[in-house]
Amino acid sequence: MDLLSNLALGAATALTPENLLWCFVGVLLGTLVGVLPGIGPTATIAMLLPITFKFEPVTALIMLAGIYYGAQYGGSTTAILINLPGESSSAVTAIDGHEMAKDGRAGPALATAAIGSFIAGTVATLVIVLFAPMLASIALSFGSAEFFSLVVLGLIASVALARGSTLKALAMIVLGLLLGTVGQDIYTGTPRFTFGARELFSGINFVSVAVGMFGVAEILRNLEDEKTRTVVARTVKGLWLSRKDIRAIIPSVARGTALGSALGVLPGAGHVLASFGSYSVEKRLSRRPQTFGHGAIEGVAGPESANNAAAQTSFIPLLTLGLPANPVMALMLGAFIIQGITPGPNVIVDEPALFWGLVVSMWVGNLLLVLLNLPLIGIWVKLLTVPYNVLFPAIVAFAAIGTYALNLNAFDVFAIAFFGILGYALIKLGCEPAPLLLGFVLGPLLEQHLRRALIISRGDPMVFLTRPISLALLVAAALAIAIAVLPSIRRKREVVFREEEAV
Amino acid sequence: MRDVLAGLTFVGFGLAFAVVAASYEVGSALRMGPGYFPLVLGGLLAFLGVLIIAKGFLAGEGGPIGAVPWRALALILAAVLFFGLTVRGLGLVPSTFVTALMAAFASRRTGVVAALLISVGLTVLCVLVFVVALSLRLALLGPWLGA
Repeated sequence: MDLLSNLALGAATALTPENLLWCFVGVLLGTLVGVLPGIGPTATIAMLLPITFKFEPVTALIMLAGIYYGAQYGGSTTAILINLPGESSSAVTAIDGHEMAKDGRAGPALATAAIGSFIAGTVATLVIVLFAPMLASIALSFGSAEFFSLVVLGLIASVALARGSTLKALAMIVLGLLLGTVGQDIYTGTPRFTFGARELFSGINFVSVAVGMFGVAEILRNLEDEKTRTVVARTVKGLWLSRKDIRAIIPSVARGTALGSALGVLPGAGHVLASFGSYSVEKRLSRRPQTFGHGAIEGVAGPESANNAAAQTSFIPLLTLGLPANPVMALMLGAFIIQGITPGPNVIVDEPALFWGLVVSMWVGNLLLVLLNLPLIGIWVKLLTVPYNVLFPAIVAFAAIGTYALNLNAFDVFAIAFFGILGYALIKLGCEPAPLLLGFVLGPLLEQHLRRALIISRGDPMVFLTRPISLALLVAAALAIAIAVLPSIRRKREVVFREEEAV
Repeated sequence: MRDVLAGLTFVGFGLAFAVVAASYEVGSALRMGPGYFPLVLGGLLAFLGVLIIAKGFLAGEGGPIGAVPWRALALILAAVLFFGLTVRGLGLVPSTFVTALMAAFASRRTGVVAALLISVGLTVLCVLVFVVALSLRLALLGPWLGA
């Protein structure tokens, strides 16, 4: 069978000693940054992106992907033990997980999170195996008009599902698109917005933007007020779940996995929405909703499964359409481009070993994570006490060296400072940096398809509305924006994201 | 206040991009020149900025801006710029050490001894990771130091 031979190819790729080693390094680093509050997978992947350009493409992607889903595991450890989410999607885990830890049930809470995440990761990997080839084969028939509309939908949907002001997020996307136009024009070679700087001819360095906006700006935000963290449970014992616990979590894990797999595909904060959505579903379906907020194990099982499933399925749009669903996927897109591969429907056909190897490595990585997280929990607990004032100089040094090493160009390092200050100023003014990064990455693609589609249609803009798939995508984009500004839904969004901030 | 400033920032960026884009060949929808796409986007960004300003005035203030850690801001930016300016001349080791030292002082909780320890440790770590493990071709000491 086709599927089995594909999986065999994937296993052969993912299980080479080299790839296995880097998968392990990736999930280890991911767990580490997930555990450490103040540094997330976005900043880490941005920092490590330059290092991976010497690797084989598949090895680089396996490691970077491992950082992302590894961080989902690590984030829950921090949420449970110190009531401070290491990761935004684990904010909801902190509600009941931390209560369980205070009751002396930190062990079962951590075990629930790890087992739920593993089951969810396994199922979500299967979802990718089943649906990605289908979606890719549909996308192979797309022309430039369809791709243009698809990118528009992706950008707008990411706004509708993000927190904060819709208008500001839209403006951030447009600013990102504009920054993406810096450099030589693809059709005429005219240098745009370069002001004579040779370094800008090939465009603003993507790594500088990402490191500045998500590394430096985030450090400045954290230094506004430095807090001390207190760890509730310094030693964790009794990781085994009782039979009663297992019965309680099975349906929650199943529902969380299903919800997360579906929401992860959507652009925007899919994994954050998934964990909050799952929490409210579990609370509504529970026979004892009053226990939620006081250490209900279902309140850990559901959301943890949901966010890990979503982290996994958010690879689907990137691998099949070349469309990143969130900033981390935008960085993965950057990693593909650094390796000289254009992500999109062709990857699965042209680079089957890379595609299937990456997919299989996700399952392998999830297995490694369970092994890493449960027996070694004592080490992670110790790491929780690493103070931030040791951590952030390391981020600054790694970011500077890594970015410099990419092209041995000091200009890219100066660009970090520029985007750090711009990112921090915009954050201060209530604008989240994520949409800007998506716009920046997708800008050149959007312009290229727009211009090509209009050349083919002889300048007739109706081409976007007369081709059915393109029309459907644009209608979906219009709906997404209508939903984002509709008062009733806006209120609901605000509630979800306010809870996230309050935790 | 926050919304108005945010809006002004976007209007500023939008107009700046649009004005420069207009100086390139704009072309037509059929044959778009290099200026077409950024000109349209610049206009759109300025328009969104105006909407944000209007909303800021109508809805009252958009929340306070809050404290800015000026010392940390200055030190971290200086650290990054210093690295860019000196990595080639001084070499990786001294450049990383000073960068880490400046960054470490950005925290009010780090004293002189702690900052020195952090920078020495980080310099060693960075050399191990980037030069030993990843074998990137970065000179440890640069020409300014006679190497």
